[in-house]
Amino acid sequence: MYMSSASTHGSIGQPPKYSVKGLRALFGSHEVLHGVDIDIPAKGVTAVIGPSGCGKSTFVRCLNRMHELVVAARAEGTVALDGEDIYAHDVDPVLLRRRVGMVFQKPNPFPTMSIRNNVLAGKYLTHTHRRAEADAIVESALRKAALWDEVKDRLNAQGSGLSGGQQQRLCIARAIAVEPDVLLMDEPCSALDPIATARIEDLIHELKDQYTMVIVTHNMQQAARVSDQTAFFLQGDLVEAGPTNTIFTKPKDSRTEDYITGKFG
Amino acid sequence: MGRSIRRADNGRAKLYERIFVAMCIGAVLLPAITLLGLLLSLLSDGLPRLSWDFFTSFPSRKAELAGILPSAVGTLYLMALTAVIALPLGVGAAIYLEEYGRKRKLATIIEINIANLAGVPSVIYGLLGLGLFVRTLGMGRSLIAGACTLALLVLPVVVVASREALRTVPMGTREACLALGATRWQTIRQVVLPQSLPGVLTGCILAVSRAMGETAPLVLVGALSYVTFLPDGLDAPFSALPIQIFNWVSRPQPAFLVNAAAAIVVLLGMMLVLNAIAVVVRDRMQMKLGRPA
Amino acid sequence: MEAIAGVAGNTHDVSRSQFRGRAKKPSERVIEVLLVLSGLISVFTTAGILYTLAAETFAFFEHVSILEFVTSTEWTPLFADKHFGILPLVAGTVLTSGIAIAVALPFGLMAAIYLSEFAPSWARRALKPTLELLAGVPTIVYGYFALVFVTPLLQKVMPSLSGFNALSAGLVMGIMIIPMISSLSEDALASVSNSLREAAYGLGSTKLSAIFRVVVPAATSGVAASVILAASRAIGETMIVAIAAGQQPRFTLDPRVPIETMTTYIVQISMGDVPTGTVEYRTIFAVGSTLFLMTFVMNVFSQRLARKFRER
Repeated sequence: MYMSSASTHGSIGQPPKYSVKGLRALFGSHEVLHGVDIDIPAKGVTAVIGPSGCGKSTFVRCLNRMHELVVAARAEGTVALDGEDIYAHDVDPVLLRRRVGMVFQKPNPFPTMSIRNNVLAGKYLTHTHRRAEADAIVESALRKAALWDEVKDRLNAQGSGLSGGQQQRLCIARAIAVEPDVLLMDEPCSALDPIATARIEDLIHELKDQYTMVIVTHNMQQAARVSDQTAFFLQGDLVEAGPTNTIFTKPKDSRTEDYITGKFG
Repeated sequence: MGRSIRRADNGRAKLYERIFVAMCIGAVLLPAITLLGLLLSLLSDGLPRLSWDFFTSFPSRKAELAGILPSAVGTLYLMALTAVIALPLGVGAAIYLEEYGRKRKLATIIEINIANLAGVPSVIYGLLGLGLFVRTLGMGRSLIAGACTLALLVLPVVVVASREALRTVPMGTREACLALGATRWQTIRQVVLPQSLPGVLTGCILAVSRAMGETAPLVLVGALSYVTFLPDGLDAPFSALPIQIFNWVSRPQPAFLVNAAAAIVVLLGMMLVLNAIAVVVRDRMQMKLGRPA
Repeated sequence: MEAIAGVAGNTHDVSRSQFRGRAKKPSERVIEVLLVLSGLISVFTTAGILYTLAAETFAFFEHVSILEFVTSTEWTPLFADKHFGILPLVAGTVLTSGIAIAVALPFGLMAAIYLSEFAPSWARRALKPTLELLAGVPTIVYGYFALVFVTPLLQKVMPSLSGFNALSAGLVMGIMIIPMISSLSEDALASVSNSLREAAYGLGSTKLSAIFRVVVPAATSGVAASVILAASRAIGETMIVAIAAGQQPRFTLDPRVPIETMTTYIVQISMGDVPTGTVEYRTIFAVGSTLFLMTFVMNVFSQRLARKFRER
């Protein structure tokens, strides 16, 4: 496996945000990730690509310990966030998830909450809501998510009344409002039309200086467009990871090349 | 950056969760424990009172001499009659709704009615029985009036259970029959009904079990609590176990409360037996049809 | 397959008109008519209920003013000085049912939350039928329970509690209707999309926070439907209140004294010897109509809420 190249790119001299060693993920006794070693650089976008069922979603869900929420699911190995293993026994996954945000494939704004309250939901759910700061947080998060201008006059409308692309940007704003270090996105555009997709890709580009982002995508062109690093998974193995340019023009593994050129997928 | 992810920094949340789950389990168990306590004390008060004399005596002003013969017999007759009335009507309605009336407006009206009737208080059925069966149709305060009233009360139960049973027969079976040239009724009578019989019978038994415990409609229809004879015909006055229980519970003397406990034990015993029969019948028939229970 | 072959074997003399439209054989038509009539029994039942209640109620209101019925706070139809105000009976009904809901709602909801969000599947399989068992116990047994156990027990704690009172009856009714609320609310909670839970956890929510601030609010109309249905059941309940709550119509919300509910009154009168066709006899139908109206409105409301919840 060609993965050492992943650890030296990204912001020069900065240690990797995530350092993953020997990560195995299981559902019951069925192993879906077979020992993944990868470093994810701080700031910038890392794309995770591969055919259906290769384990890319599972991998990303191990980064914020959402994987284990499924019954009988567990993970083994070391996943170090800023040098701290998140799978250490004295780590509280709830606190972890306040530093690592997630955006899901199908936009899921809370239907009983207004747009404004959706953005504040993270604060509300973690009992860190402060009324004085609320308006400022809402505006800042919605601006960062490129949604402010479209909804500023109807902040009290239901979150579910927006279009698909707007809902997804609302979910991004919601994730940003808790001020995470990392943003994980699990195929954020696959339920959206091309125009909405383009807007989200622009958004990713704007955000990459402030957050470490890991994006799962089944769309190779998207990976090539938005990411700095790319990791290619196949059937539970990390086949190759490195700078996006290299992966897409001079892949080292023949399987990577076959996938990139569309021989399967 | 660098916010703590150590468990110690969020300890209280886990504690609250544990307390809440304990409360929830308590919430689930409390009614069960209450029921258990109730059953135990019923048995301890009522079982000793059960004797041959208790089963074969008529009610009396003296608690020690009183028995449940007419009320137990009345309940048995009543249940038999209720079943005989409710079963054909309920199964017929279910067959109509499932096999004939699929897309028709009439079927929708019937379905809405059945759904609403299920939510009508039993005492209203008693008023219907009083006004319609006892008075207008002139049945008087008789066994048949009681049975008709109870049959209407439990009809929704029979219909719902029978429809479920009919639905377990795959569409393919019906189509195969029709393709062979059978008429719709021939298909139903010779293939669909026999295959759905376990569910239908179970539904009927459940309905009778429910009817067995009903008191209010019988009070309104005129069931008696002090009878010195057994019913000798459909038009005869009658008593029933729940009525007898109600009468004894309403007396202040503690000895009558013991009688009530004993009669409740008998009633619950009968219901238990009936439900056990339902389970056994269903399992044996399903095995005969080659399907796992 | 033998059964199917047997069916086919009997049909070799069937005419070709079988295959067009409805059955053409006269016996088939007769059967179909019989089945339709069976189905129509339910419609006749509803019509019978409406007619019986309406006829006697209209006759009742020829002698009693509707205004008095609806506004007077005295109900003394059997006394020499007759008053026909239904409010005391309604108050008694509302009081006992209110206590029942006050018990059943928190217990039922907690049970539902536990079964839906916490319980492992083996626990759920064991506990659900146990709760259903509660609903199968005849109400007369609950009435006995209220009079013989709950009242004396409460009297130890509250000496001012009288032998017949709304509190014992209400508490026992509450226990009886817990399964209605827990079962329907559990269905409502389970049908909340998992993606909402994921969104909450993804934001760093604890499980309790996610449950109370996301899942339960999302299931509100479903839970409300179950509560209204349970309340309707409590309002229509007869034997528990007839045995344990007393027969003294009283316009009060004091749970410690004997009262009378609408259902108890109906039963009380029909056990006595009130002659048919008199105003006193017709009171049970007037009260019955009121009861029917209340439960019908609540049932319809509950169904609407449930449908709104399913279609969200």
